[in-house]
Amino acid sequence: MSPRPAIAEPRWARIFLCGLALLLLALFLLLPLAAVFTEALRRGWGPVWQALSDPDAIAAIELTLLVAAIAVPVNTIGGVAGAWCIAKFDFPGRALLLALIELPFSVSPVISGLVWVLLFGAHGWFGPWLQAHDLQIVFALPGLVLATLFVTFPFVARTLIPLMQEQGRSAEEAAATLGASGWQTFFRVTLPEIRWALLSGVLLCNARAMGEFGAVSVVSGHVRGETNTMPLHIEILYNEYQFVGAFAVAALLALLALVTLAAKALLERGGPRGSLAA
Amino acid sequence: MSLALRGLRRSFGPAQALRDIALEVKGGEFVALLGPSGSGKTTLLRILAGLDFPDQGEVRIDDQDMAQVPARHRRIGFVFQHYALFRHMTVFENVAFGLRVRPRSSRPHEAEIAARVRRLLERMQIAELERRLPEQISGGQRQRVALARALAIEPRLLLLDEPFGALDAEVRKGLRHWLRALHVELNLTSLFVTHDQDEAMELADRVAVMQAGRIVQFDTPARILDQPANGFVAGFIGQAQRFAGRLTPQELVFDGIPLAPLPRHRLLGEAAAPGAGQGPAEAFIRAHEWRATPGPGNAVLTSARPAGGRVQAVFALGDSLVEAELPPGLLEPGEPCQLDPLTARVFLAEAPFAAP
Amino acid sequence: MRQRSLPGFGVSLGVTLVWLVGLVLVPLLALLLRPWELGPLGVWKSLAEPRVLAALRLSFLGALAASAAMLPLGLLVAWVLVRYRFPGRRLLDGVVDLPFALPTAVAGLALTALYAPNGWLGAPLDALGLKVAYTPLGVGLAMAFVGLPFVVRTVEPVLRDLPLEAEEAAATLGASRPQVVWRVVLPALAPALLAGFAMASARAIGEYGSVIFIAGNMPMVSEIAPLLIVVRLEQFDYAGAAAVGLAMLALSFLLLLGLNLATRFWRRA
Repeated sequence: MSPRPAIAEPRWARIFLCGLALLLLALFLLLPLAAVFTEALRRGWGPVWQALSDPDAIAAIELTLLVAAIAVPVNTIGGVAGAWCIAKFDFPGRALLLALIELPFSVSPVISGLVWVLLFGAHGWFGPWLQAHDLQIVFALPGLVLATLFVTFPFVARTLIPLMQEQGRSAEEAAATLGASGWQTFFRVTLPEIRWALLSGVLLCNARAMGEFGAVSVVSGHVRGETNTMPLHIEILYNEYQFVGAFAVAALLALLALVTLAAKALLERGGPRGSLAA
Repeated sequence: MSLALRGLRRSFGPAQALRDIALEVKGGEFVALLGPSGSGKTTLLRILAGLDFPDQGEVRIDDQDMAQVPARHRRIGFVFQHYALFRHMTVFENVAFGLRVRPRSSRPHEAEIAARVRRLLERMQIAELERRLPEQISGGQRQRVALARALAIEPRLLLLDEPFGALDAEVRKGLRHWLRALHVELNLTSLFVTHDQDEAMELADRVAVMQAGRIVQFDTPARILDQPANGFVAGFIGQAQRFAGRLTPQELVFDGIPLAPLPRHRLLGEAAAPGAGQGPAEAFIRAHEWRATPGPGNAVLTSARPAGGRVQAVFALGDSLVEAELPPGLLEPGEPCQLDPLTARVFLAEAPFAAP
Repeated sequence: MRQRSLPGFGVSLGVTLVWLVGLVLVPLLALLLRPWELGPLGVWKSLAEPRVLAALRLSFLGALAASAAMLPLGLLVAWVLVRYRFPGRRLLDGVVDLPFALPTAVAGLALTALYAPNGWLGAPLDALGLKVAYTPLGVGLAMAFVGLPFVVRTVEPVLRDLPLEAEEAAATLGASRPQVVWRVVLPALAPALLAGFAMASARAIGEYGSVIFIAGNMPMVSEIAPLLIVVRLEQFDYAGAAAVGLAMLALSFLLLLGLNLATRFWRRA
């Protein structure tokens, strides 16, 4: 019995709607996921293992980890700083700053890569200068990192700002009246209050950094074993009709996505000890 | 400890929150900042704490100008309206915070900190709560934790923003007496903000009544009640009803209500003196300052309810309703009577402040 | 400057500005300025090529159609998640975010395998005469896939905050349940639906990874605008690529502006 009988749908309607939603999402979202694992395991574990232990695949995995290891901390520091000044202070241009931080979300990944080519490519603004000094950004690790930085730019700030705005600034003000310095306030008062949201933002940022395709595709140059990240490796294998290999790498990335989702769900339910207490 | 404010101004964009505030508080005093919301009292408190800064003016604490010193260097205790306890810290950790963040050179040993925290918690009668998180204790207990936390740094001055605002009426009463006793016992100098006149009158040695960014009167509760400085104070304090009228050389004539004029010698306030001028005025009459005579007259009793030995009555006079206290059994609802004011506090109607 | 109650404003704003200007604003400035090397007429010519127009049309109309198609499904999922408790609800809640978290290349690969003529869903659809993979329909399908979570996650919080008393009030006034949903609930959700539609469209317009595998990428038929940027970059036509990029951004901006104005108009009406 519903606690609000006057506005409850009849039981059959509720069951129908829930069933419909489950069915449609299973067809639309879960079936593709199942297809990845099925295709990868079409010929058993052997080929999967072979595809993943291929030197090019290992190089791609290492490069992906390296790019994420640089991009995620940078965007975490920037995101925390941005969230701190937007959520804890009033200043003219605050709304504009927030809008600019979120801007990369509405830019196509391909454009996120393109802009770096326009700056640092052979015919880019700084291309000739870079060439004269024997520096390479595009088609090399720095380009991959920059493109990844652009697409994952807003994740941490976006997760933190609503929470920090909701928490207000009175806890920080209390710390100030008790004699705490700025860093003491941040590390002892603010950070513990936002840690699970921060972790969730970092995980999302990381998932996107490891899985990004369009932006890195533009700046990569696709040199096997050198500038190929995992998603790019998938494309190459697919275009060479090595379907099992392509799906094996895809399955690995899909696992990363599932782990991220599970961790995020756990964090949203209040962190390991249920102490988010927002 | 002494506190002196001079020429304090603060505006937020076009809105002037504080206009030329001056205030002197002596060591050991318990002072209330009383006013309606938007009168600037919280802004003033935050400026004292170093959480906000004045556009102009001096904040002298022990004869040192602190107006531009940030909160962390002031050693002023602040109890926030909603307590602002650190939610991820236990009660003990909350109270210890101010000692633990001190620079190493002046930080007490952990054992000393623990001893001081426990002493405070005991003094606040919440020793058994030391391991709880703020979300696990009641509102009144949270308030005590907030107070203990503020007192842990041995503040020169204790500031409380609406200290009872977030509590039930029941808890409120008990805590008031307790806070007053604590203030005396610890020999504190305290300022608190409230919009509740009963609270201010009951607790404070002196009350600063604020209106539109100014302190319009700063005096003991008794004198504020007896001699309100202007119409605003008279209307805000003591549940007085306001009437419009005119002062003639001889008497106060009421406008728009069938009340007999009051001769000058019956009036209170500055306008009561014979040479105090004349013209449009506002009169404030409290509920006990009426006399009702049964029989045909200017009023009809519309309702009455008993209140502690007296009767709180509402009369219809022409188009107006007047609240008055009567002895019990004098009149029945529906009965006519003659209603006369015994006295009135009168203030000549002039713009109370010229806009600066 | 006036002192602030909390420390760290200067440091955090400085870090934020360096981070923002260096990683977002300067690169976007390049996008804003590079196309004009061709001159205004050159930009126009570069964009007026039939292949470019076809690609822009497919990216925009496909995104709008796909997001519109996700409105009913998104509303249904949000409704069920907020209003009902049933076995599998937690799972449903998690699955909604799958397109957010799944790398686009993986999604593209998966959708292609599923809807290819020999795939689990492609084969039966093919038998019905409906070709999905390697057609514009496939492009729309991939766009719908990435857009769905935006609709659900925008509507869900608004629906959760909707006061149930309003619906009970309508019921006491004699409205039937369908009437209540149609006249009380849906109008209250309309701005959120529109906002979700806008966000899903914005994402779908620029979508690349999940689309190119299933699209087949036939010029004039199933080639999307982002792919055209890649093609032009491979020909070292930086200005031409930037022109397409700038056109996409400008069109997206106009679309979001239009939807924003529509939402405001709706709220006032």
